[in-house]
Amino acid sequence: MKKILTKSLVWIGYLAVLLLLPQFFDSILAVSLFNQMAIAIVFALSYNMLLGQGGMLSFGHAVYFGLGGFLAVHALLLIEFETVYFSIVYIPLLAGLVGLLAALFIGSFSTRKAGTVFAMISLGIGELLAASSLIFVSFFGGEAGVSGDRTYGPPLFGVEFFQGIEIYYLAAAWVFVATLFMYLFTQTPAGRMANAVRDNPERAEFIGYSARRVRYISFCASGFFAGIAGGLYALNYEFVTEETLNAVTSGRVLLMAYIGGLGYFIGPILGAVILTLMNSLLSNYTDLWMLYLGILFLLTVLFLPKGFAGFIMMHRVAWLQRRIRKLVLPYLATAIPAMVFMATCVLMLELSHIEDESISVLNMELSASSSSTWLGLLLIASTSMLVTRRTLPALREAWESANHVADEPESKS
Amino acid sequence: MFEVLVFATLNGLVTGLLLFMLASGLTLIFSMMGVLNFAHASFYMLGAYFAYSISLYLGFWPGLLIAPLLVGLLGALIERYGLRRVHQHGHVAELVFTFGLAFLIDEAVQFFWGPDTKNYQSPDVLDFPLFTLFGQEFSAYRGFMIGISVLIFIGLYRLLTRSRVGIIIQAAITHPHTVANLGHNVPLIFMAVFGVGSALAGVAGVIAGPVLTTFPGMATVLGSIVFVIVVIGGLGSLAGALIASLLIGLLQSYAIASNLGVADLLNLFGLEFSRDHLLTDLWTLTLPQIAPILPYLLLILVLIFRPTGLLGNREQ
Repeated sequence: MKKILTKSLVWIGYLAVLLLLPQFFDSILAVSLFNQMAIAIVFALSYNMLLGQGGMLSFGHAVYFGLGGFLAVHALLLIEFETVYFSIVYIPLLAGLVGLLAALFIGSFSTRKAGTVFAMISLGIGELLAASSLIFVSFFGGEAGVSGDRTYGPPLFGVEFFQGIEIYYLAAAWVFVATLFMYLFTQTPAGRMANAVRDNPERAEFIGYSARRVRYISFCASGFFAGIAGGLYALNYEFVTEETLNAVTSGRVLLMAYIGGLGYFIGPILGAVILTLMNSLLSNYTDLWMLYLGILFLLTVLFLPKGFAGFIMMHRVAWLQRRIRKLVLPYLATAIPAMVFMATCVLMLELSHIEDESISVLNMELSASSSSTWLGLLLIASTSMLVTRRTLPALREAWESANHVADEPESKS
Repeated sequence: MFEVLVFATLNGLVTGLLLFMLASGLTLIFSMMGVLNFAHASFYMLGAYFAYSISLYLGFWPGLLIAPLLVGLLGALIERYGLRRVHQHGHVAELVFTFGLAFLIDEAVQFFWGPDTKNYQSPDVLDFPLFTLFGQEFSAYRGFMIGISVLIFIGLYRLLTRSRVGIIIQAAITHPHTVANLGHNVPLIFMAVFGVGSALAGVAGVIAGPVLTTFPGMATVLGSIVFVIVVIGGLGSLAGALIASLLIGLLQSYAIASNLGVADLLNLFGLEFSRDHLLTDLWTLTLPQIAPILPYLLLILVLIFRPTGLLGNREQ
């Protein structure tokens, strides 16, 4: 009973955050950022259904997103020319159904195997569709894409969806419903079996489940939710191009889900928020943000194989043992020099890339051409790295003592 | 008609052999470690850029030697300090790692060399027509490309099947534990193979750079095609990779050279459709238009009907 209560509290909190966010940040920029986040969250969660929960690595997930987006934009056009007449709030559902249809067809042959074969088929289909979208101009609009206008539909309670904030509330509603249903899916037998098939398909088959059918169900559900995300994308931008279904978008969603943390339900949400923030905030300050993103991604794969969510969840034992406080100091001791090291590296990268002669940092003018600047930066970088490496054993020790469960010295005495 | 055919064949041969140079390294790496290296085409791009920078100071020929060595060294280091670390988390993590690596190398190339196309030229020595056929010239550089690729295929094949090193490598592919028990350093062999595979991609980059232009998107252009070849040829099969490379190269070359379309096909059956239709694009489809998607179509068909590929003998 208590568990259900805490769970529903989490969901109410999630809904409250979704609804209240624009109350605190109400600039046009912030709202457009929230819209992007909403789309990214649904998309990344749908991807996690495949890779995180079903163990299917897809390099062509944008197919369902893009098809949903294109259908949504065509639906907008149909409304505009009064072929059909319905409120645009249903468009994401329609887009989701297209994603589902595409997944029903593609999944019927691609889910036979997981692993490399599945990954290669998804890559092939992704490239196939991206290339054909440039050929079939009447539907995909070629390089220029297709644009529509969301304001022609019948108003809903007087809302005509002129402004970004109105779209945000629509998107927030869809995000909440989609997240809830995706969570509920993980609790169904199909969702549970997806985990089993991911971990050991052979054993799942021995219990009497067809691994292929289990994968197929996850795949279709994932396509459906990706389509919903595509529909939201079309409503937000009123403009869909070939890029929504090509490899770049497929890659981005993989990055989001992986950096956030596969396997944890909250992971892709984290990843979507982090990457959207990086995407729009960092790109204002530096041209090199894609490079930083690549570095962040590789570091995550190397050192945090379960992503940020996995990193947070690592501390569960220490938290339950009430020893999390023991970790604070060692963490700070490692994190501060590590931060200094990273900041210096970023500074060196930026310094080597600017057009102007110098950057001012902490009231210091750093000249790109003077060798003393470079020597100083290199010195700081190498010292901070050495210090970081020196503090690592202490951190490891603290970690082990905090996570140590059985036969502690206190309990013996 | 005949002359079009001849030139399409020659061009297809050049592309196919170039693709083979990339695919051979990839398939070698795959057969050893069971990991499909997404960054392989990025090593190819690095080869071209390294050679470009070297050619500015030393000319083309030193670049042909030094650039692949550098790429191979980089590949070996990445295997040692990156891939080997990720290996413990399983195949998906490895695939994702190489995917991230490809992304990072793309960005790094733009960071160091900038986003514009580099003026990387083929050497003057080879700047003459090798022969003239039906009034069209076939440049000596293309002949040189064919020569290098054939040499690499023969060299690699002999190395793998006839030399002691090759036999140890082949044994390490199928029975790594037994080979380790015999006293060979298997992780070192893996690292060396990864390095050599990357170096081969580097060679391809060096000689393709002047023809296919050296720009930051060159990895993406070839990246997925190389995958297609390795999968069609059969994962881990060198001969399969050769056949698939030539197949894809010729297929694309013929498709581009022909000017047949759906309309011609319909005419054959005496059918005609109005142009003013939702499906107009379908009726006016031509072979050159669909040339870029043919490899992917082939890939999907192969994966559905023969998942082991043409000459592959094991399923992943």
